[in-house]
Amino acid sequence: MDILKLTAVQLAAKIKAKEVTVLEAVEAVLGQIEKKEAEFHCYVTVDREGARKRAEEVQRAIDAGTLKGPLAGVPVAIKDNMCTKDMLTTCSSKILDNFIPTFSAEAVIRLEEAGAVILGKTNMDEFAMGSTTETSAYGVTKNPWNKEHVPGGSSGGSAAAVAAEECFFALGSDTGGSIRQPASFCGVVGMKPTYGTVSRYGLIAYGSSLDQIGSLAKDVTDCATILEVISSHDKKDSTSVERKDADFTKALVNDVTGMKIGIPKDYFSKGIDPEVKGSVLAAANLLKEKGAVVEEFDLSLVEYAIPAYYTIAAAEASSNLERFDGVKYGYRTKEAEGLHDMYKKTRSEGFGEEVKRRIMLGSFVLSSGYYDAYYLKALKVKALIKKAFDEAFEKYDVILGPVAPTTAPRLGSSLSDPIKMYLGDIYTISVNLAGLPGISIPCGMDKAGLPIGLQLIGNSFQEKKLIQTAYAYEQARGVFLKKEGN
Amino acid sequence: MANVISDETIDYVGILAKLDLSAEQKEQAKKDMGRMLDYIDKLNELDTEGVEPMSHVFPVSNVFREDVVTNGDDSANTIQNAPEEKDGMFMVPRTVE
Amino acid sequence: MAKEYETVIGLEVHVELATKTKIFCGCSTEFGGAPNTHTCPVCTGMPGSLPVLNKQVVEYAIAVGLATNCSITQYCKFDRKNYFYPDNPQNYQISQLYLPICKNGSVEIETAEGKKQVRIHEIHMEEDAGKLIHDEWEDCSLVDYNRSGVPLIEIVSEPDMRSAEEVIAYLEKLRLIIQYLGASDCKLQEGSMRADVNLSVREKGAKEFGTRTEMKNLNSFKAIARAIEGERIRQIDLLEEGKQVIQETRRWDDNKEYSYAMRSKEDAQDYRYFPDPDLVPIQISDEWLAKIRDNQPEFRTEKMKRYKEEYEIPDYDIDIITNSKHLADLFEATVAICKQPKKVSNWLMVETMRLLKEQDMEPEDIRFSPENLAKLILLTDSKAINSTVAKEVFEVMFDKDMDPEAYVEEKGLKTVNDEGALRKTVEEVVAANPQSVEDYHNGKQKAIGFLVGQTMKAMQGKADPAMVNKLLKELLED
Repeated sequence: MDILKLTAVQLAAKIKAKEVTVLEAVEAVLGQIEKKEAEFHCYVTVDREGARKRAEEVQRAIDAGTLKGPLAGVPVAIKDNMCTKDMLTTCSSKILDNFIPTFSAEAVIRLEEAGAVILGKTNMDEFAMGSTTETSAYGVTKNPWNKEHVPGGSSGGSAAAVAAEECFFALGSDTGGSIRQPASFCGVVGMKPTYGTVSRYGLIAYGSSLDQIGSLAKDVTDCATILEVISSHDKKDSTSVERKDADFTKALVNDVTGMKIGIPKDYFSKGIDPEVKGSVLAAANLLKEKGAVVEEFDLSLVEYAIPAYYTIAAAEASSNLERFDGVKYGYRTKEAEGLHDMYKKTRSEGFGEEVKRRIMLGSFVLSSGYYDAYYLKALKVKALIKKAFDEAFEKYDVILGPVAPTTAPRLGSSLSDPIKMYLGDIYTISVNLAGLPGISIPCGMDKAGLPIGLQLIGNSFQEKKLIQTAYAYEQARGVFLKKEGN
Repeated sequence: MANVISDETIDYVGILAKLDLSAEQKEQAKKDMGRMLDYIDKLNELDTEGVEPMSHVFPVSNVFREDVVTNGDDSANTIQNAPEEKDGMFMVPRTVE
Repeated sequence: MAKEYETVIGLEVHVELATKTKIFCGCSTEFGGAPNTHTCPVCTGMPGSLPVLNKQVVEYAIAVGLATNCSITQYCKFDRKNYFYPDNPQNYQISQLYLPICKNGSVEIETAEGKKQVRIHEIHMEEDAGKLIHDEWEDCSLVDYNRSGVPLIEIVSEPDMRSAEEVIAYLEKLRLIIQYLGASDCKLQEGSMRADVNLSVREKGAKEFGTRTEMKNLNSFKAIARAIEGERIRQIDLLEEGKQVIQETRRWDDNKEYSYAMRSKEDAQDYRYFPDPDLVPIQISDEWLAKIRDNQPEFRTEKMKRYKEEYEIPDYDIDIITNSKHLADLFEATVAICKQPKKVSNWLMVETMRLLKEQDMEPEDIRFSPENLAKLILLTDSKAINSTVAKEVFEVMFDKDMDPEAYVEEKGLKTVNDEGALRKTVEEVVAANPQSVEDYHNGKQKAIGFLVGQTMKAMQGKADPAMVNKLLKELLED
C-alpha cells in the first residue's frame, strides 16, 4: 500500500482500522517533502519535530477512543496567512519574517480538535495578492505537473503540496479565486464555501468582505469532510453565520437527476483557451448524460466584476495592512529618523511590489474626493452583480463554467503585466463579490499535459447542491491521473 | 491613457499609505495606477442610479458581546513579538518634540 | 475705533463609557494596572484578530442620545478612520462617520445671561487609543495599550456657544446628564471626559463664521476657560494685524497658557473613512428603543420636583444636592435609613461641602457610605454624642468611612449623662473660678458661657452642653 496515494478520508479510515499508524502517515509525507520540496517549494515552514510529536499524541487519543472523527491522524498543510500558535506565520511577506502568533486561527483549532496533524505552512502570494505564488518573499512554488509553470495562486503552495503528495490536504483562503484557481492549475479539488461559513478569526485579512477559508484536497469527498470539520458559528467573528445544514458529507450522493445547471454564455465568448473550453463543455455534457438539465443563459455584468473587485479588495487591503508598521510585531527597519520615517522605511522594505501597488490603489480610491467615484461605485456594482446571481439562481441549482481562461502559465510570464494577470480572475472573482460557494474539480488536460479545472458555483448556503453535483461529476469522470514523471 | 497620475498624487498617496518610493518606483507606480484607474473607469458604463452600495453581502445585523470580562493579563503574549520593548511596553521613535 | 468681536465655539466632547469591558473585546476597562496587562490580540491589533461589539456600549450611547433629545439612527454602522500613530494599534480607529448612532439633539444651559439651547450635531461611538509615555533617557516613546479599545462616545455640538461661561455650563450639563444615566463618571482630570474646543472669531454682526481652530489637551474646566480666552485673543490679534487664521489643530499648554500648532507634513488629515467590513450593522428596533427609554433614570428636573414634595428641605439645598448624581444618591439612601431629610441635608450642605472645598474634591469623590452617615445622625439624635464631637467624628469618617458607632465607643467619646458625675465637675469649676461667679451675680450673664466652656473642657467635650448649663444655673442661683 502506498500511503501517499490515499485521500484524507481513506487514510483516516486506515488509521482507525489500525492498518496505518499516524506516525507512519506523518513519516511518509515528511519523506515525500524531503524528496520533493527542493523541486517544488510548497512550504515556507515545515515543522517536522512538531508533527512527529503531535502524531504520537493523536495516536494515543485514537487508541483511547477519544478521537473518532473522519480526519483523525491525517497530516495537513496550512496556508501561511492563517495564524498558528507558536509557529512562524509570514503571509509570505518579509514584513512578517519573524512573527510567531500567540493564538491559532479558529479553522486551525477545529482541525486540531478533529485530530489532524499540522505539517507546516504553505507558500502563497504575499498577503494573498497574486495569482501565481510568484509574489512570495520566500521564493516561487512550482507546479508539480510541470515545474516550468506556476501552481496558480494565491494558495499555490497549498495546491502544489496536495498535488505533489506533500500533504493529504491543505487549507487555503479565497478572496478572488485563490483556492479554486490553483486547485485548477494543480489538478486537485478546491472548495470555497459561502462567506461566513468558516470563521475568519486568525486569518490575516486581505479583503475582509471577500476572504473565506476553504480546502484543497484530492477529491470531493475530502472537501465535504473537511468543510464539515472547519465550518462553525464563531462568536469571535461578527460575520460568521450560523449554519443548521453543516452535515455536508450527507450531500455525497451520486445523482444529478433533474439538477438544473446553467452555463453562462459570456464565460465562453472571448479570451478563453479552446482546450479549456472544450474540456469544460465536455464535463457539462457528462452531467447532462447523468440526468442533469443543462442550459446556457446570459449572466450579465461578467466584465465588471474585475474592476469592482480590485477597487474593493485594494481599499480594504490598504486599511487591513496598515497595522504592519514595525511597532508591535514583524519586521522593523534598522535605521530611521523619527517615527514617520520608521513607518515608511519599514513598510517600503517589508512589502513587495504587488502589495505596494494594491495598497497605493486602495489608499487612493478611499481618499478625499475619490471615495464616491471609485469605492462607492464599486459597492453599487457589487450589489448589481449579487442581483444578477440571485436571478440566475431562481432558475438554476448550480452554475457551471471554467475556473480560469487558460491552464497554468509559465513561470515569470505574468507579473510584468498586472492587468493581464487580473483578467485571469474573471470567472472566479464574482463568486467572492456575491459571497457564493464555488468548487474547482479537475476535468481534463491540455496538450502540454497541464490540468484544466471545472468550476461549479452554488447559491449562498447551497453547498450541498454544489457538493452533490461535483461528486456526481467526479464519479462519472473516473480517476484523474497525473502524467508520468512525477 | 485617460488617467494621468501626477507626482503630487503619488507623493500624497505615499504619505497616506506610509510608503517611500524611489524615483524609478514612482514612475512605475504612476503608470500602474493610471492604467488601473482607466480599467476601473469601466464601471462608469453602468448606471447605478438608485442602487444601494453593498458593504455586506448578507443582511446580518446586531452581532454583540455581553459586557463581561473574559480576558485576564495577556501582557506577555501582547509584547512577545515586539521589535523593541522596554518595561513591558512597545518602544517607538519619539512621537513629540 | 476698535472693532468688536464675537467668539463662536463648538465642542467635541469625548466620554469614556462605564462598561466593564472594552468596546470590541473582553478586556477589562479598569483604570491603572501595569502596562499592557489589560490587552488581548483584538485591542493590540494582532494579525487575524477581529472585533465583536459590546452591546452595553450601544445601550449607553442610545441612553445619552435620548437624554439629550437626539433622534436615534435605527440603522447605524461603524467606519474605519485611517491614520498612522503608535497609540492606535491597527493604524485605523473604529468610529462612526456615515451613520452615527444619534443625531440632532440639544441641551438647555443656563448662565448669567439666561437660558439657551445648545444643539448637538451628533453622537457617535468609537474606541479609545492607547497611552504614549515619553522616555527621556532613551529618547523614545513607549506604548501601553491598556486604554486601547475602551469605549467612547463623542458628542459633537453645533457652534452655538459664545463664551467660556456657556462652554462650561454646557459641559456641566452634559456631565450631569451622563452621570445621572450612570454611563460614565465624567472626570476631566482622569480623562474620562475630554473636550476639544473648536473656536473662531468674527466681527459682531457678521453672518459668516471665521476660520476655526481646534484645541486639544484641555483637562480641567479652568484650562478650558483659559484656553478659550487665550485662543480668542490670539485670533483677534491675528485679524487686527491683517493676518489670517489658519484652520488647524492646536495643543493647549496650560502651564504656558499658550496653544501650539500640531502640524506635520506627514499628517494629511485624510482619514479615508469606509464601512468596517469586520463589523455588521446595528438595527435598533422600536422595542429596544422603548425598553431603553423606559429604563431611563429620574433626571434632575424630576428629582428636584420630587424632593420638594417628598422632603421638607429648602430649594437651595435641593439645587446643590441634585447637582451631583452621587450626592443625590447619597442623600436618598441616607434618608431611607434614618428618615431625617433635613438633618441629612444639613450634613451634606455644611460639613461635607466644607471638606470637599478644603480638599479640592468633587462630590463624586465622597467616600463615606449612607449607612455610616445615618448612624452618625442617630448618635447625635440620641444625645449619645454632642454636636462638637459629631463634627470631629464626621471629619474622620469623611476620610476613612469608618463605622461611627464603633469609633465613638473605641475612643470613649460618648456624652456623660450621669448627673452625679457631672454635678461634681460643675461644682469644681464653680469653686475654681470665683471671679466668674461674682461677675455672673453682678449681672454679667455672659460669664456663664465661660463656666460652661471650662466644664466642657474638664469633661473633654463629652458632656451635653444643655445639661451643663442647667446644672450651672442651679448652682449659681442657690
